Amino acid sequence: MLMIPQISQGLLGGNDILGWILQVAFLGFFVIFMFYGQRFQTSIMLREVESHLRRLKLIRDEGRKLAIETIKEIGKPPEDPAERVDQFLEYIAIPPESMDPSGIVWKLEHLLDVQDVRFKDDVKLMAPQADETQRNNLENVLVWAVDLNIIYKVIRHFYLLGKKTLSLYVIMQVQMVLPLIMREAEALASAVKACAMGQPIGDGAGALVAAKLMHGHNVRKIAKDIVAATVPLEGRIAHVLKSEGPGGTVGKPGDGISQIIKETKGKIAAIVMIDAAGKLEGEKLGDVAEGVGAAIGGPGVDQYKIEESVLKYKIPVNAVIIKEDIGDAVSPMRKEIFDAADTAIQRIKRLILERTKEGDAVIIAGIGNTIGIGQ
Amino acid sequence: MTEKAEPPTRNISTFLLAMILMILVLAVAALYVGVQTYGNNPKDATAISLMMIGFIGLALTAYMMLQTKRKPLRVPFEIPQVVTTILCQKCGFKNVRDFQRGDYVFKETELCPKCNEKMMIASIYREVSEKEK
Repeated sequence: MLMIPQISQGLLGGNDILGWILQVAFLGFFVIFMFYGQRFQTSIMLREVESHLRRLKLIRDEGRKLAIETIKEIGKPPEDPAERVDQFLEYIAIPPESMDPSGIVWKLEHLLDVQDVRFKDDVKLMAPQADETQRNNLENVLVWAVDLNIIYKVIRHFYLLGKKTLSLYVIMQVQMVLPLIMREAEALASAVKACAMGQPIGDGAGALVAAKLMHGHNVRKIAKDIVAATVPLEGRIAHVLKSEGPGGTVGKPGDGISQIIKETKGKIAAIVMIDAAGKLEGEKLGDVAEGVGAAIGGPGVDQYKIEESVLKYKIPVNAVIIKEDIGDAVSPMRKEIFDAADTAIQRIKRLILERTKEGDAVIIAGIGNTIGIGQ
Repeated sequence: MTEKAEPPTRNISTFLLAMILMILVLAVAALYVGVQTYGNNPKDATAISLMMIGFIGLALTAYMMLQTKRKPLRVPFEIPQVVTTILCQKCGFKNVRDFQRGDYVFKETELCPKCNEKMMIASIYREVSEKEK
């Protein structure tokens, strides 16, 4: 307490000229911060966004480079694919109009089909020597490179807009979500690498479970990029289905499940869907949880189809999920997730023992990207 | 990319530079007055408070300068170690090696060195160290 008047005296200065300078400077500081404090805060935020943007650019460029290198290595194109890859990275898909939502699912499905054909044709042109599995993997590489490009461009848009308008609120919006966006971008960077190599990714947990169940049995194709096998399981007839591996694809499980329901005339006692699902912070990687409902992500077309089919015959749908975060879902499959497949199989067996009778038919659908997983 | 985007500038803004310079001048001035006052009367608490302000100002300037320094960018594509386990279904012989392009789960591979049966890729995964977790 004794120091306070002395400190204030020191701050306000004595009678000498330096004391006066200090006094004026401190007053100046006060006035500057009163009027320009927000601007100062804005420039600090802009700098933070800028440093993240620089990193996003690096990630985006590396993704592009890796895509070109992989195409050259696998596809052996006669000419440099760089220009075609650049055009691909700027690809856009315009979603259907939703003012009248009736029938939008089919419009969206048509759009996704057209997009799929377009992607496959583009990849075929870019990598003529690649086989089907490699083409599917390359398609995944390019799709994720497109996502990285979009993330970079959106953040750059807000950064430049914020710089132009010097609006704290424009910059604040992007600065607040940047940590999450950076996590997603880093995860996509791992995904590009994993797909270029053809390694299984965390999202393939559901496909792995189905593959383990159907391995060694006769496999037939039942829908686009979907295969199924009839497997005796705990005294029941299990129709196990998954996307056709080992190329990177998710297929159309909605069509696959509908097809089996149609073939069996709705005589299905239960459906079990297995998928990787986002875990919350604090939850353990590879934990298995159960519930009801169609365990499937994506744009919603397949979920809609499954829900429509099961509603018609009142078939109960059970979900088994393997927990993982976005980073693990798109990066090479971790041991914990691989091991969780066996736990999920035990849960499926218990579930059908408890919920169905001997001799019943069940559908077991492993959902997810089957890259690096055969059957 | 088809658009030739200008990379974000790395230059220090003039405003920030002016702020750093101003804090530096004030810190040096406070230190100078503090030292002078201390020389005249070592028991004067004002001298100590001025010197303290000076040192804090200098530290702040140094921190701000360090912040503006270019940070080396980490390469985003680190290659995680992914291992492939090849298993003989008949005798249980196991071979663990690094992942190679073309490997996939349930792929039939080379013959078992023990029983001469075809082996199969039983698992492909990456192990994460405790530090990474």
